[in-house]
Amino acid sequence: MNASNSSQSPATVVMNEESVAEAIRRMAREIAAAHPSMDGVVLLGILRRGRPLADRLAAELERVTGYRPKVGTLATSLYRDDVRAGVRAAKAGGATHFDFNVTGVTVILVDDVIMAGRTARAAMDEVMDYGRPRRIQLACLVDRGARELPIQPDFCGGYCASDPQDHVSVLLTEVDGTDSVLLEQGDSPEPAPNNEDSESHE
Amino acid sequence: MSEVDTAGWTRKDLIGLEDLSRREIELILDTAPQFVEISKRESGIKKVPLLQGRLVVNWFFEPSTRTRASFELAAKRLSADTLAMSASTSSSTKGETLHDTLANIEAMHSDIVVIRHGHAGAARMLAERHSSQIINAGDGYHEHPTQGLLDAYTIREHVRKARRDPEAGLDGVRVAIIGDISYSRVARSNIWGLTKLGARVVVCGPSTLMPPGIEHMGCEATTDLREALSQADVVYVLRIQLERQQKALLPTLREYIRLFRVDRESLKAAPPHAIVMHPGPINRDIELASDVADGSRSVVLEQVSNGVAVRMAIMHLLVNSGKGWQKTED
Repeated sequence: MNASNSSQSPATVVMNEESVAEAIRRMAREIAAAHPSMDGVVLLGILRRGRPLADRLAAELERVTGYRPKVGTLATSLYRDDVRAGVRAAKAGGATHFDFNVTGVTVILVDDVIMAGRTARAAMDEVMDYGRPRRIQLACLVDRGARELPIQPDFCGGYCASDPQDHVSVLLTEVDGTDSVLLEQGDSPEPAPNNEDSESHE
Repeated sequence: MSEVDTAGWTRKDLIGLEDLSRREIELILDTAPQFVEISKRESGIKKVPLLQGRLVVNWFFEPSTRTRASFELAAKRLSADTLAMSASTSSSTKGETLHDTLANIEAMHSDIVVIRHGHAGAARMLAERHSSQIINAGDGYHEHPTQGLLDAYTIREHVRKARRDPEAGLDGVRVAIIGDISYSRVARSNIWGLTKLGARVVVCGPSTLMPPGIEHMGCEATTDLREALSQADVVYVLRIQLERQQKALLPTLREYIRLFRVDRESLKAAPPHAIVMHPGPINRDIELASDVADGSRSVVLEQVSNGVAVRMAIMHLLVNSGKGWQKTED
């Protein structure tokens, strides 16, 4: 569900290409500052747009620290509470894949948007099924508020105040051909159901 | 991937591949890769919580090792509880009807019932009358849909690897199915599934084991093994069901071996890239030579590994698809 094929009211550009790039640079600097030794830090990008974001963060971290952390892919779809509860349909999708052990390392989960926090919870459960990380942290390009769980990002590119029924879309060149963050006002006056990140995880 | 993503699963049961559309078959195949990864986890926990607290009943009226173990593992790797019932130890030996037995299982709140039965139509009969979600694990000579799906998945993986195209489908892929076509539910499910996915299927066996009118299922038929193999990308060898051969449909086993066994010699007729498949259990050196079964072109153990993942995908889709099917029923 991208802004590009939505028929709703015109979208406000929250971040353009330049501010997306700047946000990624700033997040990388914050991650580097928090981890004087990048050895023992791995990034897990949450499908779909978290993965290209993690790759960009890794490249930026290499530029800043001279060390490029390993990057893997996390699907989270098999751990989502909304799928089990029948709120979100089961469906095909990409698979989790990484070729390193998570036990004893710092895992930084990377996602494009955080809203309810349910994706982050699913991601943590999934990572813990693979091993026992020393620490798990969360990096998101956009925090749009409306949390439903007590989870906050450790590294955040920007905040976008929005109502739950609004659509916040992160577009990335690797997936969408362009870099930007868009906000569309939703027309429904009642609160949206618990489909966190429906605008970013189709 | 948006097209696959938005098209959900809407059926209560999985009875046969004849019922399914190409889109539904592809949805199952596209859902499976994430489950392949789970079984391959080297560290940590080889399961996911998708069916936590659900009850999967395996109800088998015929002998089975592979299929039964595969369904049980698939359910367990989805964190479901499993209950195994076999005909010999159940009340069916006391004359209880299938309907009564299932009604009693349902009174204990089962979610999925996997059934294998010697009579064609058993799974459908139960599915139409009961609220349980039924998976057909083989009904007589009719269908064995999960075998057809895991075979299609295995073939697709090999096509994708060979063509270096992660999106490749089965269009134009040539599959030769060799052996006892008449009495094989595996052949029937494979023909339905593979032809719907665009593959070209040729069946080959002695004329006594070839059902009349098989061409109406969308495949070609021949009694010449070398002709069948000549353009095959996949050589699918069926089991000669020795336990069903009392009817003397084969003149002698020796003649069958001479004319239809897939061995190093007969396989020379196939292109060098062709892979060899078999649904198991293998009658070694009858329908398939041992050195081929254990050789580099054989993918029989990949079929078994993929079987668990494909069955996980099916159970996940059946249970977690938002119960869309309930809306269409009264």
